Amino acid sequence: MIWNKTYETISRSDLEALQLERLQKQVQHAYEHVPFYRQAFRARSIAPEDIKSLDDLRILPFTRKSDFRDNYPFGLFAVPRKEIVRIHASSGTTGKPTVVGYTANDMDMWREVCARQLVAAGVSDEDTIQIAMGYGLFTGGLGWHQASERLGATVVPMSSGNTKRQIMLIQDFQTTVFCCTPSYAIYVAEQAEEMGVDLSASTLRVGIHGAEPWSESMRREIARRLGLDPIDTYGLSELVGPGVSGECTEHCGLHLMEDHFLCEIVNPQTDEVLPYGREGELVVTPLTKEALPIIRYRTGDITRIDPAPCACGRTLARMAKVSGRTDDMLIVRGVNVFPSQIETVLLQVEGVLPHYLILIDREHGAMDDLEIWVEVNQQLFMDNIGGLRALQERAEHEMRETLGIAARVRLVEPGRIERSMGKSRRVLDRRDVYKD
Amino acid sequence: MRVTQVSAFLENRPGRLLYLLNVLAEAKINLLAHNIVDASDFGIIHLLVDDADRAVKVIQDAGVTCATTTVLQVSVPDEPGAFVSQVLKPLADMGINIEYSYTYNAPCEGEARIVLKVDDLDAGEKALANA
Repeated sequence: MIWNKTYETISRSDLEALQLERLQKQVQHAYEHVPFYRQAFRARSIAPEDIKSLDDLRILPFTRKSDFRDNYPFGLFAVPRKEIVRIHASSGTTGKPTVVGYTANDMDMWREVCARQLVAAGVSDEDTIQIAMGYGLFTGGLGWHQASERLGATVVPMSSGNTKRQIMLIQDFQTTVFCCTPSYAIYVAEQAEEMGVDLSASTLRVGIHGAEPWSESMRREIARRLGLDPIDTYGLSELVGPGVSGECTEHCGLHLMEDHFLCEIVNPQTDEVLPYGREGELVVTPLTKEALPIIRYRTGDITRIDPAPCACGRTLARMAKVSGRTDDMLIVRGVNVFPSQIETVLLQVEGVLPHYLILIDREHGAMDDLEIWVEVNQQLFMDNIGGLRALQERAEHEMRETLGIAARVRLVEPGRIERSMGKSRRVLDRRDVYKD
Repeated sequence: MRVTQVSAFLENRPGRLLYLLNVLAEAKINLLAHNIVDASDFGIIHLLVDDADRAVKVIQDAGVTCATTTVLQVSVPDEPGAFVSQVLKPLADMGINIEYSYTYNAPCEGEARIVLKVDDLDAGEKALANA
């Protein structure tokens, strides 16, 4: 089934004409209403009128996550506050979050692209969708919630956590679609098995997953243990939230909603635009956003794009599963975590920056464990066990406040953390999430 | 009387105490007493040695975090009630709190030695001097 045949099966030439028309409008909108873009255009001596073809996109400046921080909170908004009907936020590289806003039309577009995604995953208005992604400022929970309603499915707005209750409701409500991060899907499977519940024999049939990288072996495990078809979806709040791209039931890449998002692949080192098929950083220009007309957003995600038509009938190009990051951003339990945030907290709590290591593990396929090892040097040490414990607890508390997820702080002896790898070796990710 | 104790930070895992005490053994530093305070995944080891200054140097050279702490050491008769009447009561009467304490065998028969870390060193010393 296809939700919007007009756009999802549009010919490539019609699509490109539509994209150009929308791009020109969007660039004009950004230039007129966002001082940040007006300045950036003037600095390059370019004007919106210079966009005469899609290829002209490459003369436009990039937008980076740091630009959101520099214009915190609403500096990149292109409409009066009165027009904004929703605000969401995700982590920033330092203390301040990345804030995004939506007009009523933006909300319509968001519901539309997510509804397409649900249908591409094989979901219909007959389904009962249990949403186990976080509600609140995170775009995952509400993004899928409102699209499920648009589709006319039955929504069970559980939000994340409460695992035993999730399992009970899957059984009692005969949930057919389970929406959560891939790592939480595995965790639910484990908990169910411990409770003696066989979810592989339940009514579940489709899994809507995303918000974090996952491997093909995880996908197979989720499919086997929950008895559903796990669908990979992709999005980020800076662009809209979930709904930027996602798989159809063919599982051969994630269809990009190209009528709303113009996508490029660039070489992250040289900024050179790469042809279809080449791997590089995904750069996205939303084409219809009113509140936040972002131009050429550097997602930091490494992938490649295949424009060939899909067996499902959709003509929208497919991006490969994200194979890595261009920066040091980590995704832990679906939440973006930057080592710089952790460093800021340690500096604040300890007074000095100790030698530290960020350790992420997903032991026996359960939820991500985030552990921060801090070496206790002469400066940090005190002959007072209570004082050291208090230091540890304060650091854990501040981590939770800043990162939005729990992290365990472990005090270790000097020299415990390997030095040979240099400064960059601040992170040890044992999850192998980008491998198959 | 005041004595200098060495306090070292160790992770709570097999072999760490061995590593630390072996550093002292190899430096021919004699251990008079020790005690461990642990907080599940790490602990603080208190060491009373015959040469605290040299102990700090060799321990730090071995890569272990440590510091010196001034503690009180008192000798009491090795008999029931002596600790209570000669140490604990005077301290309690003066409102002095004990952060930690450990005992060890004195070199001479009939005597017990107690190490005390108190919150007010001067007052603690005074309280025990009067006892």
